[in-house]
Amino acid sequence: MSEPKKAVALISGGLDSMLAAKTILDQGIHVEGINFFTGFCVEGHTHAIRKKDNEKAKPKRNNALWAAEQLGIKLHIVDVIEEYKDVLLNPKHGYGANLNPCLDCKIFMVNKAKQWIEENGFDFIITGEVVGQRPMSQRRFAMPLVAERSGADDLLLRPLSARNLPETKPEREGWVDRSKLHDFGGRTRRPQIAMAEQFGFIDYAQPAGGCCFLTDKSYSQKLVDLWQARGARDYELDDVMLLKVGRHIRPKPHFKLIIAREEGEGRFMEGYKNDFISLHCSSHTGPLALIDGSPDAADLELAAAIIARYSKGKDEEQVEMAIRTKDGKESRIKTKPLTAEQLPKEWFI
Amino acid sequence: MSLHSLDAKRLLCPLPVIRTQDRVKQLKSGDQLEVSCTDPGVMQDIPAWCRINGHTIINTQENQGVYIIVLEVGKNE
Repeated sequence: MSEPKKAVALISGGLDSMLAAKTILDQGIHVEGINFFTGFCVEGHTHAIRKKDNEKAKPKRNNALWAAEQLGIKLHIVDVIEEYKDVLLNPKHGYGANLNPCLDCKIFMVNKAKQWIEENGFDFIITGEVVGQRPMSQRRFAMPLVAERSGADDLLLRPLSARNLPETKPEREGWVDRSKLHDFGGRTRRPQIAMAEQFGFIDYAQPAGGCCFLTDKSYSQKLVDLWQARGARDYELDDVMLLKVGRHIRPKPHFKLIIAREEGEGRFMEGYKNDFISLHCSSHTGPLALIDGSPDAADLELAAAIIARYSKGKDEEQVEMAIRTKDGKESRIKTKPLTAEQLPKEWFI
Repeated sequence: MSLHSLDAKRLLCPLPVIRTQDRVKQLKSGDQLEVSCTDPGVMQDIPAWCRINGHTIINTQENQGVYIIVLEVGKNE
């Protein structure tokens, strides 16, 4: 008797990848999940940074882990932060509406999954892609391109759209029954929603802007600003993280402020106090702010006046601000908080 | 059985889960791993990861912003 076939499913935490895995599980295939962490995933970090909106809010969860648990499959989370830099900085197929290199990203992830199945003795790869569902990586022409350029070729099966696509090896060899796969296509979500109801998946994630920060206009603008200010298109994980938190205000080309918007962000930014000059209002309640760049004394006075605007003392004639250097030396200055009118819109990134 | 420790402080999820996963791969069934973290998200994510991968949570506690999770390694396949 032949060994049971094994598939690895790319699990993003969204509904489509979950349904694709479920479709193949129901054909008796052993399925395990794989999830790639690029550093730009909306999953995880931001959920942890931002405090719950209110006490009744559900605890934040990692949707990829949740999806795997619903499916009853193992999940392997893979750190691809370093390798992903080349995908973002040099996308062969360009960017989408913002800095999202969706097509290169999909090719990269399927290629990583191909390496994984070779190393782990699995037979094929499943994704939740649907022909025509998304504007970049799921256009009809892009589907064969992903299969070919990732090196996965006919080991890549898209169960939700399989009957709209050429036969793959798992279908040809009879590992899976093609007639039980789906023919979803286009932008409609109705078939997926119906399928989710059929399987009893009721609490799945529906991220409004997708699962990647690079599809976000504001995030992309901050990343471009970072590259311009440093004169180099490069980044470290900490840069990526700090672009997700706070108000970013650049009063001058050589420095910017990152001002916490709420308690969770402030707590997170505390961890960076030895890497940046930091300020907070010492006479009134106010947010923590980090300074990225090389400010001189006059710049620090301007920074203090800006940050004071976000403190409880914003309407006072004068407040006291504490300035902490990276090595922990603290000094105090008095400042008059800027008014809203004194803060040019162009300073906000 | 032996007790091991992992410092995942200052990392945000899913990185503590990834570090835990990579460390568990090196351990034997029955070994225990104590993971120290500062991201409160680990209190959801590491138990979820353990449940789906066949490991057991022995204890969780929070002390002054440090979250400590002790898990027992199940079958490593």
